[in-house]
Amino acid sequence: MQAGILLQLAQTLLAILLAPLLMGWVNQCRAWLQGRSAPPITQPYRTLRKLFHKDAVIAHTASPLFRFAPYMIFACMALAAGIVPTLANDLPFSPAADVIALVGIFALARVFLALAAMDIGTSFGTLGARREMLVSFLAEPALLMVFFTASLISQSTELPVIVDTLAHQEFAIYPSLAFAAVAFWMISVAENARIPVDNPATHLELTMIHEAMILEYSARHLALIEWAVALKLFTYSALGIALFLPWGIAGQGELGMLPLALVAMAGKLLLGGAVLAFLETVSAKVRLFRAPEFLGTAFLLAVLGMLIHFLLEV
Amino acid sequence: MIATLPVLPPDPVQWAWGLVLFWLALGFSALPLQRSPRALGRLVFPAGALGALGIAGVGMAGMVLPASTAILPIGLPDLPFHLRLDALSAFFMVLLGGAAFGVSVYASGYFRSMAPGPLALLALWYHLFLAGMVTVLLADDAYAFMVAWEVMALSSYFLVTTDHKIPAIRSAGFLYLLIAHVGAVALLLAFGVLHGGHGDYTFDAMRLAQTPPFWASVAFLLALFGFGAKAGLVPMHVWLPEAHPAAPSPVSALMSGVMLKTAIYGLLRVSFDLLDVQVAWWGTLALALGLVTALYGVIFAAVQSDMKRLLAWSSIENIGIIVAAFGLTLIFATDGKGALAALTLTALLYHALNHAFFKGLLFIGTGSVLHATGVRHMGHLGGLMRFMPWTAWLVLIGALAIAGLPPLNGFVSEWLLLQAFLLTPGLTQPYLNMVIPVAAATVALAAALAAYVMVKFFGVVFLGQPRDPALLEAHEAGWPERLGMLWLAAGCVLLGLFPALVIGWLAPVVQLLTGETLVNDASWLLLAPVSSERASYAPLIFFAVVLTVLLLTILWVRRVYHGRVRRSAPWDCGYPEQDARMQDSAEGFGQPIRQIFEVFMKVERETPDPFSRTPRYRGASLDKLWFLLYEPIARVAGWLSDQAARLQHGRIQWYLIYSFATLIVLLVFTR
Amino acid sequence: MTLTYHLQIVNLLAALLLLISFAMLSQRRIAGLITLFAWQGAALAASTLLVAWSTGQHHLYYSAAITLVLKVIAMPWYFFHIVRKLDVDRDVEPMINIPTTMLIGIVLVIFAFNLALPISELSGTVMRSTLGIALATVLLAFLMMITRRKAIPQVIGFLAMENGLFFAATSTSYGMPLVVELGVALDVMVAVFVLSIFFFQIRETFDSLDLKHMEKLKEK
Repeated sequence: MQAGILLQLAQTLLAILLAPLLMGWVNQCRAWLQGRSAPPITQPYRTLRKLFHKDAVIAHTASPLFRFAPYMIFACMALAAGIVPTLANDLPFSPAADVIALVGIFALARVFLALAAMDIGTSFGTLGARREMLVSFLAEPALLMVFFTASLISQSTELPVIVDTLAHQEFAIYPSLAFAAVAFWMISVAENARIPVDNPATHLELTMIHEAMILEYSARHLALIEWAVALKLFTYSALGIALFLPWGIAGQGELGMLPLALVAMAGKLLLGGAVLAFLETVSAKVRLFRAPEFLGTAFLLAVLGMLIHFLLEV
Repeated sequence: MIATLPVLPPDPVQWAWGLVLFWLALGFSALPLQRSPRALGRLVFPAGALGALGIAGVGMAGMVLPASTAILPIGLPDLPFHLRLDALSAFFMVLLGGAAFGVSVYASGYFRSMAPGPLALLALWYHLFLAGMVTVLLADDAYAFMVAWEVMALSSYFLVTTDHKIPAIRSAGFLYLLIAHVGAVALLLAFGVLHGGHGDYTFDAMRLAQTPPFWASVAFLLALFGFGAKAGLVPMHVWLPEAHPAAPSPVSALMSGVMLKTAIYGLLRVSFDLLDVQVAWWGTLALALGLVTALYGVIFAAVQSDMKRLLAWSSIENIGIIVAAFGLTLIFATDGKGALAALTLTALLYHALNHAFFKGLLFIGTGSVLHATGVRHMGHLGGLMRFMPWTAWLVLIGALAIAGLPPLNGFVSEWLLLQAFLLTPGLTQPYLNMVIPVAAATVALAAALAAYVMVKFFGVVFLGQPRDPALLEAHEAGWPERLGMLWLAAGCVLLGLFPALVIGWLAPVVQLLTGETLVNDASWLLLAPVSSERASYAPLIFFAVVLTVLLLTILWVRRVYHGRVRRSAPWDCGYPEQDARMQDSAEGFGQPIRQIFEVFMKVERETPDPFSRTPRYRGASLDKLWFLLYEPIARVAGWLSDQAARLQHGRIQWYLIYSFATLIVLLVFTR
Repeated sequence: MTLTYHLQIVNLLAALLLLISFAMLSQRRIAGLITLFAWQGAALAASTLLVAWSTGQHHLYYSAAITLVLKVIAMPWYFFHIVRKLDVDRDVEPMINIPTTMLIGIVLVIFAFNLALPISELSGTVMRSTLGIALATVLLAFLMMITRRKAIPQVIGFLAMENGLFFAATSTSYGMPLVVELGVALDVMVAVFVLSIFFFQIRETFDSLDLKHMEKLKEK
C-alpha cells in the first residue's frame, strides 16, 4: 500500500513536470512539418518561468472568482493526471474517481474556465465561453460514450481494471474499440483546442475559442492555465494510450516492469505527439458552424461503438 | 381530532398529522394577524419552518420504523380519511421538510416589503399548500388522496396568481389550473380502474385486488398521464414554464423542488405498490418519455432569457431524468433483475432529493436577485457578484450541483444512473439491449447541456459588467434569506460528499418497492454500489485531493514567486471603448443551441435597423408543441363550445325542456 | 470471446466496413468519397481473403482478387479521372444535415441487426453477427443515395450497396459460385460505364451534375 501511494505520488508529479515537455515536442514536430525552424523542446518551461516572474495585471471589474479559477483548473487537471495509469496500474487514488468522475473533473475545470472568461465582461470573453460550452456539450457525452464502450468490455468503470483487462488478459480484438478510437481522436482534438476545431496559435476573432477565454489572464494566472492546458494534453494522450495501446503499462505489483514501462510510455508519447502534429498539419481548420457537426459525428461514432459492442462482442 | 391521538407514544403518522394541523392553524392565524406584517414575517413563517423541520424529523423516524396507519374521523360519513406512513411516504416527507425548511426561513425575510393584506392571504395559501402536500404523501385511500391533491393544486393556483393584477400571470394561472384538473381527472379514472368495482377505495383494498394485465395497463397509462401532467412530462409540460416564473420565488422553489416530486411519489406508489403486476413495455414507454422530456427541457432552458423561466425548463429536464430512471427501474423489475432495479431506484430517489435542494436554492436565489434589482430578464442583469457576494457564491454551489459536477450532489445521482445503464447487458431482451446505449447517450447529452445552461445562467446574471446602470444600486439579501440559501447549499454539499451514507439511509424505501437493497461494497468513504472492482467513487477523497493541490499550488506560487497584482482596464485584444452592451446577451449565449435545435422551436426575432441610435434586439424561441398540439385542441374546444352555445336562448322554458328531455332519456335507459 | 483470431479479424473488418459506411455518410467532398470507397473495397477484399484462407474455399481467392482489382484500383481511378475531367470536386451540402443523417443511420443499424438476428441464428455459421453488418451496409448505402444531390455520389452509393451484398455472401455462405460472381462483376462494370456516359450527357445538357435539374423532366 505504501509503495502504491509513493508510486501514485511519483506518477502524478512526473505527469505534472513532463506535461510541458510533450507540448514542446508537439510544437517542435509541427514546426518541422511546416518547414519552419523549431523552437527548443524546453520552450514551454521557459515561457512558464517568464510568466511566473511577472506582475499579474487584473481588470478592475474582476471578481474573486477570476483569481480563484486558475488554481481550481490546475488542481482539477492534476487530479485527472493522477487517476490515469501512465506507468503503473497500481494507483491507490483511482478508486476515488472512475471514468465517469474523470469526465466530471474535466467538466468542472471547463465550467470554471468559462465562468472566469465571462467574469470580466468583455466581448471576447463571453464569446469564448459560449463557443467553449458549445464544443463541450457534444464532446463531453461523446467522451463518456467512448469510456462506456471500454467499460462494457471490461465490466468496470475503473481505469486500472480497464487497462488490466485490455493489456494483461488474453489478447482479443474488439471492433467496437475501432469506433471508439476514431471518436476519441476527434474529441481529444476538440477538447485540447487543436486544429480542426480550434487553433492554439492564433488570436483571430472569427476562429478562436480557447484563447478568447484566457485573453484577460496574465502572469502567474496565465502560467497556471497554460500549464493546466499542457497537463490536459498529457492526460488525454495518456488516456488514449491506456485505452487503445495499453501494452507496456506495469501491472499490479510488477515493480520490476517500471523501467520498461517508462521507456514504452516515452516512446508512445513521442509517437503520439508526432502523429498529432502530423494530423494537425494536414487538416484545415473547419468553420465554427461546422464544429458542432464534427463533434456530433464524434458523438454518434462513440454511440455506434457501444452498439457494435452489443452486436459483435456479447 | 385531538381525541384520536393516543397519549403516548404516538405513531409517526400521528405526529405527521399533528404537524399538518399545526400548519393549517398557522395558515389561518395569519388572517387575524394581517394588521401587523412584521409579526407575519417574524412569527408565522419561522414557525412554519419549524413545522417543516418537524416533518423532516418525522420522516426520518418513519424511514426506519414499521409502517403506521391511522383513520381520521373526518371526511364524508362512512368514508373516513385513511392515513398511512411507510418508508416511501417518509422519504418524500424528508424531502419536503428539508427543502421547505430552507424556503420558509427564506420567506420570512423575503416577503417583508409586501402589503399586509395580500401577505396574510399568501401566508394562508402557503401553509395550506404545505399541509396539502404532506397529506398527499400520507393518504391511504383514493378519496383522501384526491382531496389532498386538490387542496395542493388549488392553494398553489392561488399562490401562482399572487400578483393577479398582471394579465399574463392570470392566464398562466388559468393554464396551470386547467392542466392540473385534466391530470386530476385522469388520476380519478386510474383509481376507478384500480378499485375495480369493489366499493372500497382504500389503498389496502387496491393492493389486494387482482388486476388483470389489460386493466393494469390502463390504470398505469392513466396514472402516467395524470401524474405526468403534474410533473411536467412532455407534452403536458406547457404550464410549467408559465406558472413557475409567475409565482413569487419561494413558491416557485416549493413548486419546482417539492410539488413536482409528489407526482413522482404518486407514480411510484401506483406502479410499485398499488398495482400487483407490472408489464415490461411500461418501463420502455416511461424511459422514452423521460428521455424526450429531459432533452426537450434542457434545450429550451438553453434558449430562455428570463431567469426563472430558464429554471422552470431545467425542472422539466430533471423530471425527465427522474422519469427515465423510473422507466429503467420498471424494465429491470419486470426482467427479474431485482438488484439492478434497486440500483436504479436509488438513483431516482437520490436525484429527486438532490433536485429539491438545488432547484429550491436556485429559485430563491433568483428571488434575491429580483428583490435587489426588480428585473427577471437576464438581458438587464449582470455583474451582480460584486454587489451580492453571498447570494452569488451560494447560487454558484447550486448551479454547479445542477450541472452535475463533482463533488456536489447532482453528480452522484447521475453517476448512479449511468452505472445502472452500464449494467443493462444483463437484460434478457436483445432489442432493449441495443436501444439502451442510445438512451444512456441521451442522458449524458442532457447532463452536458445542463452545464451549458448553468454557465449561461450564472455567467449572465452574476458575472460580467452590469448591463443596466440601475444595477449599481443592487443590495445584498438580508440574513433570513442568506440563512435559507445557506441551508439548501449545505444540503447540496453534504448530499454530494457522503453518498455512501445517503444510500444506506435510502435502503428501506428501496427494499419496500423492489424487495432488494443496494449493498454498498465498501466503507462509508467509498461509494461502490455493485462491487468495488466494478465502479467506485469517493467524493470526500476527491474533494480533499483537489483542495490539497489547490492550497499547495497557492502556497508554492506565493512562496517561490510573489503575489503582486496590478489593476487596470480590461485588455480585450486592445479593442477600445468596451461597454456592457458588447457582452453576450442571454439570447446571444443561447444562439448556438437555438441554431442546432431550431426544428423544435418557433423563433420570433426583431432585429434593429442598422442606423438606429438606440438599437434594441428582441428574440424569443417558442415551444413548437404549443402551436402544434395545444392550439388545435383549443380551437376544437372553442368550436365545440360555440356549437353548444346555440342551445342557449335565454328563455327559461327552453332550459326546462332540456332538463325534462334529459330526465326522459335517462329514465328510458335505466328502465 | 471464444472466437479464433482470424474470425476476430473478420469481425474487425466487418466493423471497419460499417465505419467506412458511416464515414461516407458524413463525407462532403466527392474525392474523399471515392477514397473511402476504395478503402471499403480493400476491407472487403481483405475479409474475403481471410475467409478463403480459413475455410479453404479456393474460388474465394479469385473473388478477392477481382474485388481488389476492380473496386480498389480500377473504379476509384476511373472515378478520379471523371472528377478531374468534369471538375466537380467541390464541397456539397447534403439534403439532410450530417448528424441527422447519422442518427437515421444508427436507427438503420439497430433495425438491420434485429432483422438479421433470427436469420443468423438459423444459419449457424460462426459468422452470424456479420450478416447484420452486411445488411446495415446495404441500408446505409441506400441512405447515402437518398441524401445526395449529385450524380457521382449516387453511383458510389450504388456500388457500396453491392459491396454490402457481396460481404453478406462471403461471410454467411462462403461466397456465391464463381460464375455468378464474375457475372456480377461484369454487370457492375457495365453499369459504371453506362452511368459515366450518362454523366457526360447530363453535364452536356444541364451544365451541372446536380440531379435537381432532372426534376424539369417530369411531364407538366
